[in-house]
Amino acid sequence: MKPIKELNPQFLESTENKKHLIDYLLGVADNYLILGQRLGELCGHGPNLEPDIALTNISLDMLGQVRSFYQYIAQLRGDKSTEDDIAFLRKEREYKNVLLVEQPNTDFGYVIVRQFFFDVYNRMFLGALQQSADETLRALAFKGIKEASYHERFSGDWLKRLGDGTEESKTRVQQAVNDLWIYTDELFHTTNADDAMIAAGVAPDMLQLKEYYYEKVGELLSTATLEIPEVEYFQKGGKEGLHSEHMGYILTEMQYMQRAYPDSKW
Amino acid sequence: MSQEIPLWEVFIRSKNGLEHRHCGSLHAEDAEMAMNNARDVYTRRNEGVSIWVVESKNITASSPEASGELFEPATDKVYRHPTFYELPEELKHM
Repeated sequence: MKPIKELNPQFLESTENKKHLIDYLLGVADNYLILGQRLGELCGHGPNLEPDIALTNISLDMLGQVRSFYQYIAQLRGDKSTEDDIAFLRKEREYKNVLLVEQPNTDFGYVIVRQFFFDVYNRMFLGALQQSADETLRALAFKGIKEASYHERFSGDWLKRLGDGTEESKTRVQQAVNDLWIYTDELFHTTNADDAMIAAGVAPDMLQLKEYYYEKVGELLSTATLEIPEVEYFQKGGKEGLHSEHMGYILTEMQYMQRAYPDSKW
Repeated sequence: MSQEIPLWEVFIRSKNGLEHRHCGSLHAEDAEMAMNNARDVYTRRNEGVSIWVVESKNITASSPEASGELFEPATDKVYRHPTFYELPEELKHM
């Protein structure tokens, strides 16, 4: 796919532009890291062997994605930091993931709904990112979209099965939809850095994506015979570094090895 | 619960031109889920270009007790094997 516009070669010579790009990339990449970590917690705890393997596979896909983004950030920073430092050595406020991905694995219904809400967004986002003015991002989007399409197929399929399944599966998955719905809007929230990148053609226009997103999600929820919750307000904060109480626990577990044994390697 | 989920047999073709080979089994509610599961369980390391799934109950298997009458009569009939032909040197992979 052709980019909407080409990036001016001098664009990244400006310190401000570079800082915005790094912040923007963290906002995208941290979602993969934290969701990957959450899914990784399920390893060996899936309802049976097949979804257990599938969910950990998706976790690994997410971690594979995030590596490329962190490597790009490390390269932009131009200091000695590596992908590992970026993943493991930041403080809670420095993570820019949305609140949705840090929500706990309450039950299989929550896992699937959280995944579904993210996957629909992610596939659309990567589709649009293929037209980024930034060459590296175009390549990352092109590489990631096949996995993302499969994830969407997996979680969408389960959503339909649970929603249109037994009375219990329907009640539970509807509960998960009701609880997680308030976190969907934040996927389209833009920070100052994001706005700067949208203006430069590096990032896709989130308002347009948002419209498609709710259309698609609504369609799939109604196929799954689930209700779309009506809410007064949506929750946000993660993209600005203000996380829910779950985030501290995730980081504690995720960062333990690097904190206890600094610079340890596989 | 997992006892109630039907068992499926999975066949993978690793390359175009080769045959599908049985590679294992898995649990799934229906063909679509069996296909998704097969993809996750068996083809994540680039093993295949095509997947077949078939519900295990649709396979009729020979009974181990019948192996005597089914297979043993063949063991002493070497003339049924094409081993008495002299093959030309140029002919490989026979």
